[in-house]
Amino acid sequence: MDFATFLQQLVNGASLGSMYALIAIGYTMVYGVLRLINFAHGDIMMVGAFLTYMATAAGLPFSLAVLIGILGSVIVGVLTDKIAYKPLRNAPKISLLITAIGISFFLENLFNVIFGGVPKAFSAPDYLTKVLHLGEIYLPVTVIIIPVVTVLILGGVLWVLYRTKYGMAIRALAFDIPTVKLMGVDADRIISIVFALGSALAAVGGVFYAVSYPSIDPLMGVIVGLKAFAAAVLGGIGSVTGAVIGGFILGFTEIFVVALFPELGGYKDAFAFFFLILVLLFRPTGIMGEDLERSRF
Amino acid sequence: MLDVKNLQVYYGVIAAVRRIDMHIDPNTIVTLIGSNGAGKTSTLNAIVNAVKKKGQVVFDGRDISRHPTHRIVKEGLSLVPEGRRVFINLTVDENLRMGAFNNDENFERLRGEMYELFPRLAGKKQQLAGTLSGGEQQMLAIARALMSEPKMLMLDEPSLGLAPKIVGEVFEIITELKKRITILLIEQNAFAALKIADYGYVLENGSISLEDKASALLGNDDVRKKYLGG
Repeated sequence: MDFATFLQQLVNGASLGSMYALIAIGYTMVYGVLRLINFAHGDIMMVGAFLTYMATAAGLPFSLAVLIGILGSVIVGVLTDKIAYKPLRNAPKISLLITAIGISFFLENLFNVIFGGVPKAFSAPDYLTKVLHLGEIYLPVTVIIIPVVTVLILGGVLWVLYRTKYGMAIRALAFDIPTVKLMGVDADRIISIVFALGSALAAVGGVFYAVSYPSIDPLMGVIVGLKAFAAAVLGGIGSVTGAVIGGFILGFTEIFVVALFPELGGYKDAFAFFFLILVLLFRPTGIMGEDLERSRF
Repeated sequence: MLDVKNLQVYYGVIAAVRRIDMHIDPNTIVTLIGSNGAGKTSTLNAIVNAVKKKGQVVFDGRDISRHPTHRIVKEGLSLVPEGRRVFINLTVDENLRMGAFNNDENFERLRGEMYELFPRLAGKKQQLAGTLSGGEQQMLAIARALMSEPKMLMLDEPSLGLAPKIVGEVFEIITELKKRITILLIEQNAFAALKIADYGYVLENGSISLEDKASALLGNDDVRKKYLGG
């Protein structure tokens, strides 16, 4: 592989990794406060992409459409918690997990019924589909925008968690929900904020995915969601920074496996999970993960 | 300040609290003593609705029986839970900030007051609460509860697991607090509790077996035998 190809694959990997990272943050934050692997989270990303698609199809400008996609995902994410998870706060964790899988099937099938299973072409505005030529490197604008936006968002999330009162409450909640209530804090409101934040990021990830591939379907969240979950575990579930690192590692692995061994291209998903198994064998808590019972974001 | 009527707590079919009636006057220290498993912690948790309960709780003239925990705390009834439960992953300062979650405007002033009241904490503002000693964590838990400027404070076994010298310090502070607020103190260390309290209730198997002025309970033969070691 020459240097130009290497650079090319590097930006591609960063772009793919960013999408995983954005979705992984939601997995890791919900796990941090509720000890729930929210299997419906990948589908929230699909909801974001579809709502954005609908809004653009209705003729709205792209930026407004993205905003609608984000808002819609936030509403669906928060409602999921209120309707499906909240009644189970004191139930065994396995009930919560099964409910999450149920919500996932529900969202996938709901969108399948409404939109049909045929993939839809996603049309992004011209300024996002432009390709820059730098010598031998082809750089679609998205490949640059996506990692930059992701890093900015990560900074924003960390700022919220460590510099705001509500972020502090989220960190406290991750440690001890009953005691947070004793501080006069409505714990369910803070949990809603976590779902809102995670869903918004998933929607952004969904839009990035739709712009990059440019096609969407109701099951698009399944494999991407699983890989984002793998990224969250890889980075150390409960850690926001870990989720981003895990996302990037997974993105790079996938891209470079295909670049170095094109004949193994069909196995790229398998490599992502193989890598996950490998890391977990040697570091069960993931890269940034500490004691699982003391997650600190 | 606080009236508890016919309070009952069941965990499944097991009764933790069978029947409790209590009356607490403003600006007094009332203690609830009893052996392990008598239902002391369940009583406090039931008052703030952290566990399911039956019965009526009237606080400051308002029926709070059905209010959610966070609302009861906002209304001025604070609980320092058993085992301290400081947020070990937050700094000392952040723990105080959590305590003042609904009291933004007075946070700075109260924080200053707390570091004066608990000088042991003043040197450790930026330290994670998990790195504090047991006594310091207890002080932080009390300070955190005071950050909401409660009208009444309930303390669940503040002396548990602390060195005798620290227990003395904690009890001195509780006595000091009586000037400003009402206190309900739960203790296994009945002697120390009765010495600083105005009134006492003795809890046995989930119901009140005896109640009297604290000084009278200290002299009561039955109480002496069971809880004060002869």
